[in-house]
Amino acid sequence: MRRKSLLDRVALLGHGAIEIVTILGRSGLFLVHALLGRGGIGGGFQLLIKQLYSVGVLSLAIIVVSGIFIGMVLSLQGFNILTKYGSEQAVGQMVALTLLRELGPVVTALLFAGRAGSALTAEIGNMKSTEQLSSLEMIGVDPLKYIVAPRLWAGFISLPLLSLIFNVVGIWGGSWVAIDWLGVYEGSFWANMQNSVSFTDDVANGVIKSIVFAFVVSWIAVFQGYDCEPTSEGISRATTKTVVYSSLAVLGLDFILTALMFGDF
Amino acid sequence: MQNRTIETGVGLFLLAGMLALLLLALRVSGLSATPTNDTYKLYAYFDNIAGLTVRAKVSMAGVTIGKVTAIDLDRETFTGKVTMEVQKSVNNLPSDSTASILTAGLLGEKYVGISVGGDQALLKEGGTIHDTQSSLVLEDLIGKFLLNTVSKDAK
Repeated sequence: MRRKSLLDRVALLGHGAIEIVTILGRSGLFLVHALLGRGGIGGGFQLLIKQLYSVGVLSLAIIVVSGIFIGMVLSLQGFNILTKYGSEQAVGQMVALTLLRELGPVVTALLFAGRAGSALTAEIGNMKSTEQLSSLEMIGVDPLKYIVAPRLWAGFISLPLLSLIFNVVGIWGGSWVAIDWLGVYEGSFWANMQNSVSFTDDVANGVIKSIVFAFVVSWIAVFQGYDCEPTSEGISRATTKTVVYSSLAVLGLDFILTALMFGDF
Repeated sequence: MQNRTIETGVGLFLLAGMLALLLLALRVSGLSATPTNDTYKLYAYFDNIAGLTVRAKVSMAGVTIGKVTAIDLDRETFTGKVTMEVQKSVNNLPSDSTASILTAGLLGEKYVGISVGGDQALLKEGGTIHDTQSSLVLEDLIGKFLLNTVSKDAK
């Protein structure tokens, strides 16, 4: 390979920057067109319900199972540490706050990106590579309206619900380990939890977080599918990008949101 | 037929999500349906409120009758001003009742305990409890104890 001159390197940098800005702009326009395009979701609620089923309902199993195990592990670890200070009653409070504020929204969003986001990307990418999207356009049907919008809305709706279910199942798993297995007194477990968890500060903030994550993850997944190279290699690259970008976006946004919500400034 | 199962599944999924929110609200955060306007405000001035926090319990005879809603420093007297909201159902507190800052258990949270006085006059909305007992600060206690031993030795 020829050695690159300094000028070439600068040009390469500029090329990269222009590409990033172009992609950002294109994905923003894509989102606006899909959400605010003529008449909203095409095909009415039928398409949305079908997508809610494949995105939301089919993700329930993994969410419930991981929720139970994460709750149980938190409870067990918390009990081991708190019991050294003789305050194992606080285990309920610890499990509930950890799940509601952090782990619930974040882990659900990560699992959702892996389970549903990658599937969305692959599905739309495959439609693109088999030229289904362009044939839809040919017969005068807007693919943004019929293919993309229902999937975006299904993601927005199902991720917050999944994270609520995750929280409930996790707290249930935690209470099962703490009360039935480790013998923490049931009354103080729940009372401590109720005293320290506030609806507006903890539950509502967790829901706000998961709404933001839902927006970002569905956006990335659908856009990567729509924008991928129409080859089998391109689809696989787009699927990888979906999982990597949405995980990074979720974790980064989580820090920003936490700083805004709980950081006191 | 296939459509029907999908619709049922989605319906159940939405229901489960809402049920989860309800459970979190009622069971986990202890949000009660009772509105907050059936309470009245009381003030108490403490020399030292160390460790008392907003949302701490106000209790009488071990029964929770209200909560602390604000803690400020009174600029005139340099004492801690604690604002409490007490349930309207307990509106027969004598005006010479005592408020003290107590600790639940050895390392537990601080709360305000109110013990009854004997006065005929009752505390009204915005009333002040004058007879107060401050929070127990361990360092002060140790200091007093040490001072006592030193003065005994000197005798």
